[in-house]
Amino acid sequence: MGVKLFGARVARLEDPALLSGKGRFVDDVKLPAMLHACFVRSPHAHAFIRGIDTSAAKALPGVHAVFVADDLPAPMSGNRMPMLVPNPAIATQLTQYCLAREEVCYVGQTVAVVIADSRYIAEDAAALVDVDYEPLPAASDCREAAEPGSPRVHSELQNNIASKFRQSYGDVDAAFASATHIFEEDIWQHRGGGMAMETRAVVGDFDPVRDLLTVWSATQTPHIGRRMLADLIDRNLESIRFIAPDVGGGFGPKAIFYAEEAVIPAVAMKLRRPVKWIEDRREHFLCATQERDQYWKVAIGVDHNGKIKGVRGTLLHDTGAFVPWGIIMPYIAGATMPGPYVIPAYGLDVTVVLTNKVATTPVRGAGRPQAVFAMERLMDRVARELGLDPAEVRFRNLIQPEQMPYSVGLTFRDGKPLIYDSGDYPQAQREALRLVNYDTFKERKAALLAKGRFVGLGIANYVEGTGLGPYEGVTVRVLPSGKVAVATGATNQGQGTRTTISQIVADQVGCRIEDIVITIGDTAAISQGVGAFASRQAVNAGSSAKIAGGTVRTQIVKLAAQALGLPEGDIEIEDGVAFGRGGNKPSISFRDLYRLAQGMPGFSLAPGQTAGLEHTAYFTPPQASYCSGTHVVELEVDPMTGAVKFLNYAVAHDSGTIINPLIVDGQVQGGVAHGIGNALLEWMKYDENAQPLTITLADYLLPMATDVPTCKIAHIESPTPLNPLGVKGAGEGGTIPAPAAIIAAIEDALSEFGVHFTETPLMPDRIVAALKDAGAYEKLKVVA
Amino acid sequence: MKKKVSIKINGKMYEREVEPRLTLVDFLRHEIDLTGTHVGCEHGVCGACTVLINGHSGRSCLTFAVQADGAEITTVEGLAAADGELNALQQSLRDNHGLQCGFCTPGVLISLTELLRDNPDPSEEQVRDVLTGNLCRCTGYAGIVAAALETARRAHGEARS
Repeated sequence: MGVKLFGARVARLEDPALLSGKGRFVDDVKLPAMLHACFVRSPHAHAFIRGIDTSAAKALPGVHAVFVADDLPAPMSGNRMPMLVPNPAIATQLTQYCLAREEVCYVGQTVAVVIADSRYIAEDAAALVDVDYEPLPAASDCREAAEPGSPRVHSELQNNIASKFRQSYGDVDAAFASATHIFEEDIWQHRGGGMAMETRAVVGDFDPVRDLLTVWSATQTPHIGRRMLADLIDRNLESIRFIAPDVGGGFGPKAIFYAEEAVIPAVAMKLRRPVKWIEDRREHFLCATQERDQYWKVAIGVDHNGKIKGVRGTLLHDTGAFVPWGIIMPYIAGATMPGPYVIPAYGLDVTVVLTNKVATTPVRGAGRPQAVFAMERLMDRVARELGLDPAEVRFRNLIQPEQMPYSVGLTFRDGKPLIYDSGDYPQAQREALRLVNYDTFKERKAALLAKGRFVGLGIANYVEGTGLGPYEGVTVRVLPSGKVAVATGATNQGQGTRTTISQIVADQVGCRIEDIVITIGDTAAISQGVGAFASRQAVNAGSSAKIAGGTVRTQIVKLAAQALGLPEGDIEIEDGVAFGRGGNKPSISFRDLYRLAQGMPGFSLAPGQTAGLEHTAYFTPPQASYCSGTHVVELEVDPMTGAVKFLNYAVAHDSGTIINPLIVDGQVQGGVAHGIGNALLEWMKYDENAQPLTITLADYLLPMATDVPTCKIAHIESPTPLNPLGVKGAGEGGTIPAPAAIIAAIEDALSEFGVHFTETPLMPDRIVAALKDAGAYEKLKVVA
Repeated sequence: MKKKVSIKINGKMYEREVEPRLTLVDFLRHEIDLTGTHVGCEHGVCGACTVLINGHSGRSCLTFAVQADGAEITTVEGLAAADGELNALQQSLRDNHGLQCGFCTPGVLISLTELLRDNPDPSEEQVRDVLTGNLCRCTGYAGIVAAALETARRAHGEARS
C-alpha cells in the first residue's frame, strides 16, 4: 500500500474550488425561466387569521402567483408537517402547517408565498398581501407559560406543557440524606441561533418529461427532506431528487425539514417553472430554529471530602411554538448532566414548555452545553464552599479509566443504556491543565492582582454521546477510467466530509486520493441516507467507507489474482494498480480490471464474482459512542468595563481515533468559537409579547476574530470498540463545555468581590451590574 | 427607469441596463454570473460580500450597482492566476485550514488581500482587527489568522533573500 492517508493531516479536497469562487451553493443554481419567492410571515407572536386578501399583490406586474394554504396540493394543504422524532412522552403532537391556516403561533410563521420574476418584485408584492389578524395574548417566558392560567400558545390546547418526564437512577433521597453538604443552584442558558453564514435556501424544479421533481436545499439531511416532501405531496420517493450542494454551514438548524422546503417544490410543480427562495438574515432570525433556553434548579450532595453522593433537580425546557424534532434536547440534557463523574444517585424532573417563539431544535451541542454548565457550576460551588482546589474536586470524582466501560444507569437518546465505551477522563484533565501551566497559575494570578489586574481560571469537563444511528451508507465503485467513484448520504457543511471519506476509501481500495470521484448530499447517488447531526458522520459514514472500500479491495484482489494467475495472497495494490508481490511483478490496472469485471455479453461470470467492482455498506452503530474532554480557560476581566480577554484556552479532547488531525483541530477550534458566543455574546432577545428584538447581526453579536483566541489542543485517543475505525464524533465537543469553563474563569477572576454567575450569555453590562451590587467599586476606589 | 452602467470587473468591462435599486452583489452574482461573492446578511455586518471597489474593500450588499458605474471591481474570481493556480494567500488558507464551509472565504480573501497590500508585515493584532469585518461561524478564525501571517512572512522572507 502507498502512503497511508488515515490519520494524516491531509489538505482538504473541498478547498481549491471554495478558495477561487467556484463553490456551488444553492443560490448559485440558475435555471432557465426561474422565478423567485418571498414568504409572507406573521408579524404577531400569536393571532387568529380572519382573512387574506392577495388581490393587490397578484395585480403587481411581474407577480406570477400568490399561494395561501388552500392553494397548496393535498395532503400538504390540510396536514401538519411530520414530526421527525416522535416520542410517546410528548403530550402535544404539534407541528406547524406549511402555510398557516386559522392561527399563527410565532413571529415569522409562514402565512403565504409570493412568486415573481425577481426577489425584488416578490418582496414588493409580499408587502401588499393584506392579512386580517386578530392578535391573541402570547406566552414569551417558559417559566410563566408553564403556570396555570397563563396565555395559551395554541388556542386549541388546555395548557402549554408539551411533555413531562423523569430521568433517574439510584436512591436519590437516601443519597441526599447521607450527604454532609448540600448545595443548590438556579441555572439558565439562553437560546441562540445556528447563524450559519449561508442562510437557508431552496430551489425547486419540476421536469414533466421525466416526472422528476428536483430540489436543491441548503440542508444537512437531504434524504430526510426527500422523505418528508414525498409524504406531504403524496409522491413516489423515486420521483423526487434532493440535492444539498456546497452548504455554507449547518450547526443543527439546517437538519430540520422546514415549511419552505416543502412549499417551494410544490409551487414549482404547480407553476411548471423553477422557483428559488433564499432566506434573508432577518428571516433566519425569525424562522430558523434556535436552541438553549433551559432553566435548571439543581442540587448536589457531597461528603466532607467533596465526593458526590447524589445530584437532583428540575429542568424547564422552552421548546417554542412547535415540537418538530421531538423532545430529544431536554432528554439529551438530562442524560448528559452526570458527565464524567461518579454520581451514585441522580434524579431530574423535566418539563417541556411551549412558548410563542420559533421552535427550539438542536444547535451545535444540542442540550449538552446546558447540562455541562449546570454540572460544572455545581462542582465549582463544592470547591468554593469546601475550600478545595476546583481541579482537585474534579479529580476526586472523575470516573477512572479502569472503570470503562462505565454504565451510568440512565437510558440515552438512542434508546440504549447510557454506557461510556472508552476514555481516560483524568488524563484529559491533566493534559488540559498542563497546557495552561496550572501549577503556576496561582502565582501568576497573585502577581497580576497586585498590579490591579483580575485574572481567573475555569475548568469544565464533558462527556458527549456521538455517532448516533440509524446508519449512514457509502457506495464504492471502480470506474471505467480506473478512478474510484464514492457516494454517501453523509453531507458536507464544512466538516470536510469529502476529504475524510476519500482518505478512508483511498487507503482501503489502494488508489490515490486524487482519483476518488465523490458525490455527497445527492439522493440520486445512494438510495438510503440520514445526514449531519449529533457528530455522527465520521462514525457511521466513515465506518461504511471502510467496509465498502475493503469489500471492493477484496473483489479487486480476487479478480487480479485470476487475471495474473497468482494466488490471492500474492496480490498487492497501490495507486490504482494491482500487482504480484514476487518475481517480475506482473500488474494490472483498475482500468483493465473494470473491463474484466463487466464480463462478456452472453457469458456467465466466474463463480463467486459479482457484477462490477462495487459495494455499498450501511454501517449501523450498536449504540452511541461517547467522546469526552476538558476545557481550561485563563482570562482577564476589566472590572470597569466588564470586558473579557482570553489569555489561554486549552482543550484536551478524546474523539477516539483521528482520521485527519487538521480537520479535527478545526472542528474543536470552531466549536470553541461557538461556545464563546454562547457564553459572552449571543442573546436572542424577545419582549414580553414574544416579539423578537434582535434580528440583525448588529444587535445579535457573533464572535469576531478579536473575540476568539487560538486554542492549545491536545488529543487523547481512546479508540471506541463500537465501530471498525475506533472513531467518535468531533464536531460539538468544542462548544459543549466552553460556557461552563468561561463563566467559571470570570467568577474566579472576580473572586475578590464574591460575585457569582449562573447564567449565559454573561455580557459586560451584567458583569458590571453584578460588581456594582457586590460593592466592588467601593473596594476598587480604596485600592486606587 | 433602468440605468446603464459600465463596470470593470477583474479586468474586464461589463455594460448592463439595471434598476437603480439593484445591489452591486446581486449585479455581480446574477447579472454577470460571478457567484463567488456571497450574501450573508444584507446589512453590512458579516462581510461575505466584500469586494475591492477601486482598490478599497467595500460591502457589495450595501452598494448599488449604479454607484459602481465607472468603477474597477476585484472579486474572489480575480485572485487566482489565469491558469487557476491559487495565489499565495489562497494556498496558505488551504494549508492552515483557514476555511471550512467556505461561504465567508471570498470576503475574507478580499479583506486580507487589501491588508497585505497596504501592510505587507502586519502583526497578529492588526490581522485580527481587519478580520473583525468578516464573520466566520466555522473556523474560530485561528487558521485564517495563521494563513495571513504565514503569507506575509513568506513574502517578507522572499523579499529579503
